[in-house]
Amino acid sequence: MYKYFLRYIISVLFLLGLSVQANADFKVGFVYVGPTGDHGWTYQHDEGRKAVEAAGIKTTYVESVPEGADAERVIRQLAQSGHDLIFTTSFGYMDPTNKVAKDFPNVKFEHATGYKREHSNVSTYSARFYEGRTLLGHMAGKMTKTNVIGYIASFPIPEVIRGINAMTLAAQKVNPDIKTKIVWVFTWYDPGKESEAAQALIDQGADIIMQHTDSTAPVQVAEKAGVWSFGQASDMQRFAPKSILTSIIDDWAPYYVERSIAARDGTWKQQDTWHGLKEGMVAMAPYNSAMGSDLVKEVEQLQKDLASGKTHSFTGPIYDQKGNILVAEGSVADDGMLAGMNVYVKGVEGDIPQ
Amino acid sequence: MSFDLNFIGILIGAIMASSVPLILAASGELITERSGVLNLGVEGMMIIGAISGFALMIITDNLFFAVIGSMLSGLIISIIFGILTQSLLTNHVATGLALTIFGIGMSAMIGKNFVGIPGKEFPLLFVNLKENIPFFGPILFGHSIILYFAFLLPFITNYFLKKTKIGLIIRAVGDSPTSASNQGINVILVRYSCILYGGAMCGLAGAYLSLIYTPQWIENMTGGRGWIALALVVFATWSPIKVLIGALIFGGITILQLHMQAIGFRIPVQLLSALPYIMTIIVLVIISRDSRKIKLNTPTSLGQIFYKEK
Repeated sequence: MYKYFLRYIISVLFLLGLSVQANADFKVGFVYVGPTGDHGWTYQHDEGRKAVEAAGIKTTYVESVPEGADAERVIRQLAQSGHDLIFTTSFGYMDPTNKVAKDFPNVKFEHATGYKREHSNVSTYSARFYEGRTLLGHMAGKMTKTNVIGYIASFPIPEVIRGINAMTLAAQKVNPDIKTKIVWVFTWYDPGKESEAAQALIDQGADIIMQHTDSTAPVQVAEKAGVWSFGQASDMQRFAPKSILTSIIDDWAPYYVERSIAARDGTWKQQDTWHGLKEGMVAMAPYNSAMGSDLVKEVEQLQKDLASGKTHSFTGPIYDQKGNILVAEGSVADDGMLAGMNVYVKGVEGDIPQ
Repeated sequence: MSFDLNFIGILIGAIMASSVPLILAASGELITERSGVLNLGVEGMMIIGAISGFALMIITDNLFFAVIGSMLSGLIISIIFGILTQSLLTNHVATGLALTIFGIGMSAMIGKNFVGIPGKEFPLLFVNLKENIPFFGPILFGHSIILYFAFLLPFITNYFLKKTKIGLIIRAVGDSPTSASNQGINVILVRYSCILYGGAMCGLAGAYLSLIYTPQWIENMTGGRGWIALALVVFATWSPIKVLIGALIFGGITILQLHMQAIGFRIPVQLLSALPYIMTIIVLVIISRDSRKIKLNTPTSLGQIFYKEK
């Protein structure tokens, strides 16, 4: 009897020890939609994760997780295995994240680029990539000779449509004759398909290639074909040194470090973050001098104005494709409208896939 | 919008280029399956070929070594499949799936050091002729040597299977391993050879992607093409020429639908994206509905484990 009691005591002490251990072991988990080696979207998130690790916090990640049922399983597994904060870094993880958050009220969740915060332990964050797209549009409008801008789009979600609109508005401003041709590839990441799409757009007369997908394939096709291109998510300059005018860079590191420390220290609160050029969550890679120093200066000024708030990417009057007014003259689009954007502005060709 | 003949020629050239990995992988898998072995590891062998080819190109700076090396590595990884299914008699389906998962993971691991390195230019043949002859130029010239090989391969395979003794032996082993064995044919040896050949072709298909089509290494860069190649073999009812037709239709519609989007056709984009899959299946089902021929071409013992009676 005494022996059993002793065993019981020992095992209880052991379990207590374990739970204390677990508390001390603050862990952050990351779920990625692509491989960390994509040199685009997921690569930048992983750079952010490394910054968290450098700040002395333990992290784990799961890469190439498809959006959908699989995602929920992975997120649930991370929550079960003692992660205290979980970053889910793709739009399609929105519903799975909220679903798992309901079952794990003590775990904090951060979902990128979404808008659903159904439980108090879910925050959302995103970057104002459209500010970068405005700069791209300005350059595209000035640099194009054929007046056709080719745009490789992934999925018809507000994030992507916002980028198309911001780019088109800025390009129209400097060059009223431009046309935006869009090819939807329905994937975030498929180098072969992305390069076929880029080639199709070039064959259809585009001399500017822009992508809202994650691999470096489109810029390489552009380089080969001798047309201009823009990098996406990270600096892709070395893949197409002649062709790339600049890249939009997502810098998640400061946000990830700040939120991880807040969660560890117990000061984490639900919030919706939407940072842009001003805060540095969106940054621009060095501008290609091939576009001429005048244009570089112009774009740098525009970048400053966007960061300071002097200029807004969506300044009225803005019309939709049918000519209905979306934003009145003299005002700018509010965040609610931007977040739910699901119509093309005037000047974009084609329909949004439903 | 230019719809002149030369443009159509360029388009056909692009379609041919996009179907090369499918033709190579499917032709290799076809031989494997004709010997009665179902290897679902095509995707895995392709991705191993892709990373090996790219890595060797960076290390040796020699494209010849890179191409040969990619075939060898596809072959080596298919040995694993051979040992498991032929010598240890494991289930073909499960082993093939495991091979794919293994290949994807392994390639990602090897590839860590090769991410973000731009590839080298692969020499294209007859570039002058391509630019000087309208329409036929871009179709016939200015391609890599692997493309020419890929377009010859189905015809060679067809001849090989139908007219040569070894081809007959492979078909006999695939249709009835027991009778073939009773005739004194070493079934296991034949199947091993076919597995290795399939592995080498899949490796080459992967190298085409990482060396020529999108010259760089990116994780998962085969993007499911191995599975499409597998499906092509079945829908083409194990006929090499139909594999070629199927691969061209698939590549063609994939590229055409992108062009249709860029031109601005008012067809739902989702339908356009699904079109390559739908059309390939429809066409292949229609051209291979001759049930007598299907019976003739289908390896009866496909996927069955062969126990040699002692």
